[in-house]
Amino acid sequence: MSCETLSDKLTGYLDRELDERAAGEVEAHLRQCVSCSARLEGERRLRAAVQAHLPPLRAPDRLRSSVRTLLRAQVRRAQRRQTWLPTWAATAAALVLGLAGGWQLATWRVSRGDRSDVVAEVVAGHVRSLQGTHLTDVASSEHHTVKPWFAGKLDFSPPVPDFTTEGFPLIGGRLDYLGERQVAALVYGRRQHVINLFVWPSRDSKALPAAASRRGYHVVHGAAGGMTYWAISDLNETELSQFAQLVAADLGHGTAQP
Amino acid sequence: MDPSALARFEETVLPHLDAAYTLARYLLRNDHDAEDVVQDAYLRAVRHFGGHRGGNTRAWLLTIVRHTCYSWLRRHKADARAIEFDETLHSEIQVGDDPEAEMVRGALGEALNQAIDGLPVEFREVVILRDVQGLSYAEIAEVVGIPVGTVMSRLSRARQRLQRALPVEDYRRN
Repeated sequence: MSCETLSDKLTGYLDRELDERAAGEVEAHLRQCVSCSARLEGERRLRAAVQAHLPPLRAPDRLRSSVRTLLRAQVRRAQRRQTWLPTWAATAAALVLGLAGGWQLATWRVSRGDRSDVVAEVVAGHVRSLQGTHLTDVASSEHHTVKPWFAGKLDFSPPVPDFTTEGFPLIGGRLDYLGERQVAALVYGRRQHVINLFVWPSRDSKALPAAASRRGYHVVHGAAGGMTYWAISDLNETELSQFAQLVAADLGHGTAQP
Repeated sequence: MDPSALARFEETVLPHLDAAYTLARYLLRNDHDAEDVVQDAYLRAVRHFGGHRGGNTRAWLLTIVRHTCYSWLRRHKADARAIEFDETLHSEIQVGDDPEAEMVRGALGEALNQAIDGLPVEFREVVILRDVQGLSYAEIAEVVGIPVGTVMSRLSRARQRLQRALPVEDYRRN
């Protein structure tokens, strides 16, 4: 084998990318060729220098979060397409039939669609938090630690109630996205179950807890103290409702204070 | 994309964000451009995720990142010379403006960075994929869309150029 034909193979040999036969040929040549041996050594040093001086980089945190935001926006868009379809169909049907109740039917579909949209997002948010490695941004059972963590990250200050004595210990909190807005996600535990409590400001001062089930998850939502909350878990409905009542009581209590 | 597909995407594709950023940053040589391109690449990845059936997810994502980088370079024309790349034409090295000054400064890392930046993007990418990101030749072949033999010869040439572009004294001492 000549030095000429060896040229590229030297690189493959150095990187252990040659099969046994080709590697054997290179070794045989190296034993009798000083200049190729020197070239191999030079390339080995260069490779070591590149590995030492050009490190793999870490993506900046703001890129990480903007990619997450972007992914969630994709899901929202897809879900909106799905829920709009029957709405438009209903509107079209109402127009064609010209029934007096047509408009009501259509608007009813719209509001119902909107609400189930939120339920779907709540479920998606819950599933996401459990499947990835992103259950919490701040992991702490201390609400004095979790509450200040949200400061400056949201345009509101979420309540972080402590239900440890009631048997719902705090696990932590994270930022999440539901609908068009950034929300506080508080994570509580009940035995082996995880409860996600999504909270954001709302103009509804008071709404009774309403429950729904979707894909094996129980969802309870309501509003109190200027906040809307959604609690979701695979916990049984009774205990989740109990949890929601604690939340409602705590939020209502919060606004009563000066 | 439904929530379960998103969960799968977040589990399998999101962990390669650092790899995506590393490739884009070294190809574009600018933090902000790299961030923009990686975001764009992830959008494309989401749209094509349905067509990705298992396999090597990192190589799959890097293929998209590389494509997105090339589109960006083509749009911005900054590396126009690299687009009309010719294996034989581009065989001469571009030595730094003042190799002696570089030697005096003596920072091998800095010299290496400059030498890497001076490589045409086709040479640069194989060095980054191999020596910085640790991909196998087969994976690089997949990402770049060239035969394994070409990966080897490009890498060989790229390393030769780098050796010649570095201040020799400094480099030998290392």
